[in-house]
Amino acid sequence: MIDTTVKLARIAVENLNFFYGKKQALQDLNLNIFDRQVTALIGPSGCGKSTFIRLLNRMNDLTPDTRAEGRIILDGKNILDPKIDVVNLRRRVGMVFQKPNPFPKTIFQNIAYGLEINGETDKNLIENKVEESLKKAALWDEAKDRLNDSALRLSGGQQQRLCIARCLAVEPEVILFDEPCASLDPISTKKIEELIGELKKDYTIVIVTHNMQQASRVSDYTAFMYLGDLVEFGTTEKLFTVPKNKRTEEYLSGKFG
Amino acid sequence: MIRFKEALYRWIFTVMAFTSLFFLLGIIIVLLREGLPILMAVGPFKFLSGVHWYPTYDPAEFGIFPLIIASLSVAIGAMVVAVPLGVGSALYLHELAGERIRHILKPAVEILSAVPSIVFGFFGMMIVAPFVQKIFHVPTGLNAFTAAVVMGIMAIPTIASLTEDALGFVPRSFKEASYALGASRWQTLIKIVLPAAGSGVSTAIILGMSRIVGETMTVLMVSGGAAVIPHSIFDPVRPMTSTIAAEMGEAVTGSLHYSALFAIGLVLFLMTLTLNIISENISKKYRIKLGLDR
Ligand SMILES: Nc1ncnc2c1ncn2[C@@H]1O[C@H](COP(=O)(O)OP(=O)(O)OP(=O)(O)O)[C@@H](O)[C@H]1O
Ligand SMILES: [Mg+2]
Repeated sequence: MIDTTVKLARIAVENLNFFYGKKQALQDLNLNIFDRQVTALIGPSGCGKSTFIRLLNRMNDLTPDTRAEGRIILDGKNILDPKIDVVNLRRRVGMVFQKPNPFPKTIFQNIAYGLEINGETDKNLIENKVEESLKKAALWDEAKDRLNDSALRLSGGQQQRLCIARCLAVEPEVILFDEPCASLDPISTKKIEELIGELKKDYTIVIVTHNMQQASRVSDYTAFMYLGDLVEFGTTEKLFTVPKNKRTEEYLSGKFG
Repeated sequence: MIRFKEALYRWIFTVMAFTSLFFLLGIIIVLLREGLPILMAVGPFKFLSGVHWYPTYDPAEFGIFPLIIASLSVAIGAMVVAVPLGVGSALYLHELAGERIRHILKPAVEILSAVPSIVFGFFGMMIVAPFVQKIFHVPTGLNAFTAAVVMGIMAIPTIASLTEDALGFVPRSFKEASYALGASRWQTLIKIVLPAAGSGVSTAIILGMSRIVGETMTVLMVSGGAAVIPHSIFDPVRPMTSTIAAEMGEAVTGSLHYSALFAIGLVLFLMTLTLNIISENISKKYRIKLGLDR
């Protein structure tokens, strides 16, 4: 199951179980997420992809009456440990959501926010960082003349890139994407995919997607989940060409899901 | 038969739906008709800006400026009390209170709004006024300050519950985005949720204010009743509503004094109407800003 090539595991998931109240949503997940690689999570709706990805930055804390068992190790520390500093964890593990969710503030303020809450007050530094992040997110050319416009006036695709820029500004190490292109048109989708290809040079990326082509285009590793189980995990190339599990094969060929 | 029934129901509901409009028009017509004589006699400008309210003297003077100042100073003072307490309790209830505390506190706020205004007035007269008199060494505890405190307490539930609604309307996605950037609960609340609910909160404040401006019983009991421009917040004042309530009985029907009281009612109506229109506009803009209009 575990890939044999020598890659550094950035995140190791061990015997992970997760419950919404009494309902179990994840069963005994084991996988490694490798450093500076793109790992795609695929599987039919409701199989637990979002649940899993939201555990990686403890966003599940916001949902009452939930429970996680097992371990998720990031740099030697179990992030499920109730004693870890979640604020620090979330700065290291950024997240981009399915629906673009810029704040109802200006473009500039959207990006500066993450820096300000970190206690950054140096105006010059913030300005530089805003520019740098927008450039990295391939939005600078479109946004540079309207930094003080409301972010809500951007198109959906631009808003999503703004959300990526906002996430980059706080310099995370890992970025989680939960269906980042679900509400975008093909051109915006292509831009985001190219962007992910760029970002993986510096960041470890986990992406949930319903689009098989997208998974095969952008990812190095793919995990196929079904009803809360991790059915198959491996390099994207192998999983897509010679899936080991019959379910995976059926899903990839569009027999269900 | 069925056709007839349907037509009948249609009529009944149409009539019901139009009752509010009918009464509103009726009220406006009466206010205008009864208030017009005084406005003709002294002129609207003089009526609003005159500083002497001597309706029963000979010659009588009808300047309601002191009454307007009284209403405004009590309303603004009440806001100083009610806004921090109302918004603060809403923030606490919305974000910080656990389920158990919420279950105690929320009904408490709601019950506060169910207390009859005469009871508030009674409480103001018997408890707050003597207290204010003693603490601040002023000749009477029945003054603008006491009125503001009591009215402020009265306005807390309006502001708290409307603010809490506004906070609840802030999309969860904003909060998630903020937390995902490593913001703390407090930072998220103050820098994201509250500004996003900003217009809703201002609506809450304006409606609270409009309630205070129109409130009569309490203010009549605790404000002291002097129809002169106050020099300090510890002076007795006579807001517009209490003027009407106190003098309606003694004003001779059809006299100028009688007409002046209607004209005060008209001014009052226009003031609260303006406040309500402002708040309606703000909340409309806010719905558009958050994309809730779609
Ligand atoms: N807050 C919640 N409370 C209770 N059950 C939940 C909650 N969120 C998700 N679930 C359940 O957990 C399971 C996994 O949901 P999850 O959102 O992780 O699926 P998903 O794979 O992301 O689906 P999709 O592709 O539709 O986004 C589903 O059965 C869902 O109904
Ligand atoms: Mg999902």
